[in-house]
Amino acid sequence: MARPAHPILNVMSPIFGSEGVYRIADRIADDDFAKGRSLWRDAAEKFFRNRAATGALVLLLFIAAFSTVGSLLAVWSIEEIDWNVLADISGSGQPSLSNGHYFGVDNLGRDLFSRTLQATRTSLAVGIVGAIVAVLIGTVYGAVAGFAGDYLDNLMMRIVDVLIAVPSMFIIILLMVMFERTLIMLFIGIGVVSWLEMSRIIRGQTLTLKNREFVEAAHATGVSWFGIVFRHIVPNLFGVVVVYATLLVPSIILVESFISFLGLGVQEPNSSLGSLISEGASTIIFGTLWQLAAPMGFFLALIVSLYFIGDGLRDALDPRDF
Amino acid sequence: MLAYAARRVFWAAPTLLVLIVLCYVLMYLAPGGPFTTERALPPQVLANIEAKYGLDKPLYAQIWDYVVAVVTRFDFGPSFVYKDRDVYEIMARGFPVTLTYGTISFISACLVGVSLGVLAAVRHNSVLDYIAVGATFSAQALPNFVMAPILVIVFTWQLGWLPGGGWSGGQWQYVVMPVIALSTSFMASIARITRSSMLEVLNSGFIRTARARGLSPTTILWRHAMKPAMLPVVSYLGPVFVAMITGSVLVDLYFSTGGIGLSYVNAALNRDYAVMLGVTILYGTLTIAFNLLVDLLYAWLDPRIRY
Amino acid sequence: MLRPINSLAPAVACAAILTCKSAYAEVHPITGEKLADDQTFIYRLLDEHSSIDPQIVEDVSGSEVVRDLFEGLLNQDAEGNLVPGVATSWEVSESKDRFTFHLRNNAKWSNGDPVVAGDFVYAWRRAVDPETASPYSWFMELMSIENANAIISGEMPPESLGVSAPDNYTLEVRLSLPLPYFTQMVTHATTFPVPAKVIEEHGDQWTRPGNMVSNGAYVLLEHVPNERSVRVRNEHYWNNEETIIDRVESLVINDENLALTRYFAGELDRTEIPAGQFPKLSAEYPDEAHSFPRLCSYYYSINLSEKGPLPLKDKRIRQALSLAIDREIITDFILAGGQFDAYTFTPGATAGFEPPMVAAAKMSQAERDEMAKALIADAGYGIDNPVEFELSYNTSEGHKKIAVAIGQMWKQKLGVATKLRNMEWKTFLEKRSNQDFEIARSGWCGDYNEASTFLDLATSNSGYNDSKYSNDEVDRLMAEAKLLDDPAANYTRVEQIIAEDVPLIPIYHYASVFMLDSDVGGWPVGNVEQNWYSKDLYKIAE
Repeated sequence: MARPAHPILNVMSPIFGSEGVYRIADRIADDDFAKGRSLWRDAAEKFFRNRAATGALVLLLFIAAFSTVGSLLAVWSIEEIDWNVLADISGSGQPSLSNGHYFGVDNLGRDLFSRTLQATRTSLAVGIVGAIVAVLIGTVYGAVAGFAGDYLDNLMMRIVDVLIAVPSMFIIILLMVMFERTLIMLFIGIGVVSWLEMSRIIRGQTLTLKNREFVEAAHATGVSWFGIVFRHIVPNLFGVVVVYATLLVPSIILVESFISFLGLGVQEPNSSLGSLISEGASTIIFGTLWQLAAPMGFFLALIVSLYFIGDGLRDALDPRDF
Repeated sequence: MLAYAARRVFWAAPTLLVLIVLCYVLMYLAPGGPFTTERALPPQVLANIEAKYGLDKPLYAQIWDYVVAVVTRFDFGPSFVYKDRDVYEIMARGFPVTLTYGTISFISACLVGVSLGVLAAVRHNSVLDYIAVGATFSAQALPNFVMAPILVIVFTWQLGWLPGGGWSGGQWQYVVMPVIALSTSFMASIARITRSSMLEVLNSGFIRTARARGLSPTTILWRHAMKPAMLPVVSYLGPVFVAMITGSVLVDLYFSTGGIGLSYVNAALNRDYAVMLGVTILYGTLTIAFNLLVDLLYAWLDPRIRY
Repeated sequence: MLRPINSLAPAVACAAILTCKSAYAEVHPITGEKLADDQTFIYRLLDEHSSIDPQIVEDVSGSEVVRDLFEGLLNQDAEGNLVPGVATSWEVSESKDRFTFHLRNNAKWSNGDPVVAGDFVYAWRRAVDPETASPYSWFMELMSIENANAIISGEMPPESLGVSAPDNYTLEVRLSLPLPYFTQMVTHATTFPVPAKVIEEHGDQWTRPGNMVSNGAYVLLEHVPNERSVRVRNEHYWNNEETIIDRVESLVINDENLALTRYFAGELDRTEIPAGQFPKLSAEYPDEAHSFPRLCSYYYSINLSEKGPLPLKDKRIRQALSLAIDREIITDFILAGGQFDAYTFTPGATAGFEPPMVAAAKMSQAERDEMAKALIADAGYGIDNPVEFELSYNTSEGHKKIAVAIGQMWKQKLGVATKLRNMEWKTFLEKRSNQDFEIARSGWCGDYNEASTFLDLATSNSGYNDSKYSNDEVDRLMAEAKLLDDPAANYTRVEQIIAEDVPLIPIYHYASVFMLDSDVGGWPVGNVEQNWYSKDLYKIAE
């Protein structure tokens, strides 16, 4: 069993056991190429039999759609201040259908409906893009290390060891401090600290795959090592990557919310769910509970549905049936 | 296995060294310095201060001096911001606090998390299982910065049961809320991992055989299922312990515990290089040590693994 | 519930013996209010203070602690007037650059040693000594003490500082130029005496509880960084008799809302009120919510240097930006804590300063908006032809709210597209002082209660002139003001020039907004620098 040497400290308090991921990887690696398609069909069938996962997927799609299309219903933009309610936020700033503030207003008299939708989009984007960045770096790095083997592998994995020992909060804060505070930087910052575990998993899988007949065959027919890595190794890691990425998305959203709490997140007038929640949470003693409720509701729905989907995918791709 | 452990320990030193250099360079590149203030200091005053802390030297000399002082004298230098304290003192004060509530949180998260997970697995697909799953998902998604103020509102203001913050040498009243705030989300993830891993084990061949042999469910659970089911949990615990200690910023921030987590984030924001480096070294060492510990524990639990 | 029954006994006894002085029937000697049994004052600190060494301390919260632990030549009373501290009187020479302070002979350190003039000489030299590397050594320069500048630069030994002690109870100070407000400055922590013997014995460790020897009304009992510090009565303090508060605790609580929750829970006697919540709290707790003017200005600096954007070099655009800001919305609704609309840079509360009625202050907001629109149209911009600026501020809920609101005002009235740039504190400071900004949030608090502490910022060679504004007339007027007996006219003129040129946009003048338990008496409400001393406070029996 080609299990990488040790479990990893993931910055963001790893929220799932990597066991399952390794086993899926084993299964996909074991799978014959001919049976490849049936594996995926099997998985899809199994996933949709899982009612919780299917429900979560529907919920997630609904949130994603609503956060995009819902803006059409909005009366106010995300940045417009409603000067009429500014004087009395805790009274006239409450959720109301008549003045168009369906979710009420924030502490500056800005419409929370628009802001929550926009924040949901941002958080989802950060989660998804951050996960993609992490997965891309991790996959390429791990595949190259595993395939190259020997000294290069050793060196590359030692580098990962060093980076894992760096508290990721440090890296994120430094990145947000050193560079212009943009959404792109946030993607990169989060991606950069999240790829380490991925690279280890991928390296382990690559080591197993490397000795398979089809790789050896490709090698014998003179395909370059670059070609082998990207044409033969990486596609075979797809299953692991999908599961890992799905589970990474919610944890990245959680990390982003913490960064926003520190005030290092996205720039105004944009916001993320994390920044709205931390604003809302700071004013609960003043009775403006709706400022917490709206973003918190979306946040919970988003995270919980992503967890269910991730779990569902893992079970679906897991060889053991129960 | 001993050789493996020795090799890992051997690698720790160069890893830490690279870590120091990396941090130093990154901090050096960050805009602003420890003495950048709202009212900019006159150049002469700044020069005096920089000379006092050796910041007038070239970068490589600063790093060299630092490494030499740490290695030979275990001297982490003075804090640049808290001018009458040195880094060792700050760590010696903050770390035991963090370690105390971190350890208590860790233990309670393990106990409650594992019990909840096992219970949910044994009662798979029951109402209890659904409630446990729903609760753990939500608990994981509840940010600390929402939970902490609510705890204080409820337990300090409304009920008047617990002090709203402080540490007071670690009296129990002061420890309760930090522990709840810190352990909840970890408790939830431990419960989830335990549950899914236990489900797998309970459905595996050897447990079915055990059942067929007519062993009682309790015996099966404790004698046969527990150890293999704990494997993924254990691999998760090392990182959790380190994460609890490093990720305690919010606890320190909300409950004024004076732990090391807040000092660390403050040091980064204040460009207190010395404190940052000191804590980074501490965290780095802890990370390396706990990863090693977990690997050894893992090998003990899973006889298939050989190093 | 045992107390009332118990207290009956002494009350009865007192009725019988007329001369009795009951321990807990004590009243305040001046106001006659009945004092509480427990004279402990607990307040919230936003952050751990950087130091409690008088010569090194640089933050407000540290200075509050230092003012309790140490006593300088002079103190301030509840109105901010000078009252005797260690010095009982002083004389100034004809030429106004020589000060002689006469010290009281009953002032003692907490170890019983007398406080002598030599302690001040030692402390002041220490402040400028490059070895000490005090971040506040510039304050000594600001005080214009002879040779301070040269000593800080390392060109002269600390002994050459213009301060000497002809005898134990006389302190002589020589200034390099006459400074009318010099005596105001000796209430500042940097000038407080320190015990040479103790510092030499303990080195950097001298500020630790147990090591520390101080001459103020209190001594340090306990200090746990990032948690709390406790100070108790100094039995050797010369005025210990009249000091009422026995024990002062400061608790570090970073989050202001959480601090307020703990205030409601009765754990604190004083905490700040978060922006915007004052009206609500003062309606609910009229005796506890307070707002007092402070000597601070909140303003936006406009980058006029070469790095600044071209449109901002047009005076009309700057004037339009300033006029279009509805300051009332900011002070009444966003901050809502009794802050003052600012049309001049210097706060009206500054001693001896009468804010000139600049044109904008006299108009209604509608008129200002009209004028702003006309000005920006004149400059060739407007809603149809928007101009874009970046507005930088450092990470903080309050700054963010103001920036967002002002951005909206500019957008809606002038068509100015404002790009908000929220930066982490140190990055922000670096960018601002290097003129890497277009418009930046700024704030300035007076170092002493006199208008020049603000207006000097507008002079071309000021290190804090982030706008890089340069006007010969301002420079001349400010230089002249230092030599005048009554510089008020100069200050008025400078304010008028600033209002015309708009190198900076004054937005509001600060107020100190906090909850103070109604049983705390003696808070210096009239002190615009909010320099408070625990020794002047007392707890009233409920």
